[in-house]
Amino acid sequence: MKRNVFALAVGLIFGLGLCLSGMYEPAKVTGFLDLAGLWDPSLAFVMAGAIVVALPAFWLARRRSAAWVGGAIELPTKRAIDAPLVVGAGVFGIGWGLGGVCPAPGVVDLGFFSPGAAVFVASMAAGMLIYRAALGRRLPGLRLLTQDA
Amino acid sequence: MTIDWAHFTPLSALAGGALIGLAAALLILGLGRVLGAAGVVGGALEINHADAPWRWSLIVGLVLSPLLARVLLGVAQPIFAAPWLALVASGLLVGFGARLGSGCTSGHGVCGLARLSPRSFVATGIFMATAFVTVFVARHLVG
Repeated sequence: MKRNVFALAVGLIFGLGLCLSGMYEPAKVTGFLDLAGLWDPSLAFVMAGAIVVALPAFWLARRRSAAWVGGAIELPTKRAIDAPLVVGAGVFGIGWGLGGVCPAPGVVDLGFFSPGAAVFVASMAAGMLIYRAALGRRLPGLRLLTQDA
Repeated sequence: MTIDWAHFTPLSALAGGALIGLAAALLILGLGRVLGAAGVVGGALEINHADAPWRWSLIVGLVLSPLLARVLLGVAQPIFAAPWLALVASGLLVGFGARLGSGCTSGHGVCGLARLSPRSFVATGIFMATAFVTVFVARHLVG
């Protein structure tokens, strides 16, 4: 219960940050991604603001083992720059550029009852399930790519 | 390159970014988990996983946040200008790519960079590059 209340608060703060920064708005994101048009650098400032605040927290997290609300602190352990990372990031960027939406803003925009957000999030969930099916080796062509993901 | 001064909002971008960073800081120190939206949604779809309940709670928080944002910040309704077919393709690629590449804009672009993870620097550089190219092709070559 405590974990769920805590996570709900984190979701609210995350969503408020996306709204305040304007990143919930697809046009604001594509304004950054369109280098050849009129360029809006705001997204870079959002990342900078977020990293400045998160950096000391991760520094601290590496030196602690237990989380405040209980359980262990789990940080990613993978180090290899491998094919799944490179191909996955490349595919992700193409999708991000097409719609100007990434996972968190898509979910936040559901709260605006935006039909476009519903289409995006349903398709994103489908993409994730297709990935899982590929992991389950039902798509043999992806087997090599995903075997160590 | 021409800066779009009419839409550039450095202060609200920094402040909103700081809130996103605060959310990431709270999740790693409070629950011991990295804040990556793709991981949260993808993990929530595995409903029998021990982490599924808090992931769904975080998603509920994200969906409820516009209620607060409308009252506190007076934000406007987002506009999805892309045709629905493009949104479907976009969602499929984002969902598949984020899971294959172990992260999205928040997981790699914020938390990964804040962890100084070389994998996340590579992933962020790649998805930024392919997004720049995609927008260039869609807006200036095809559109």
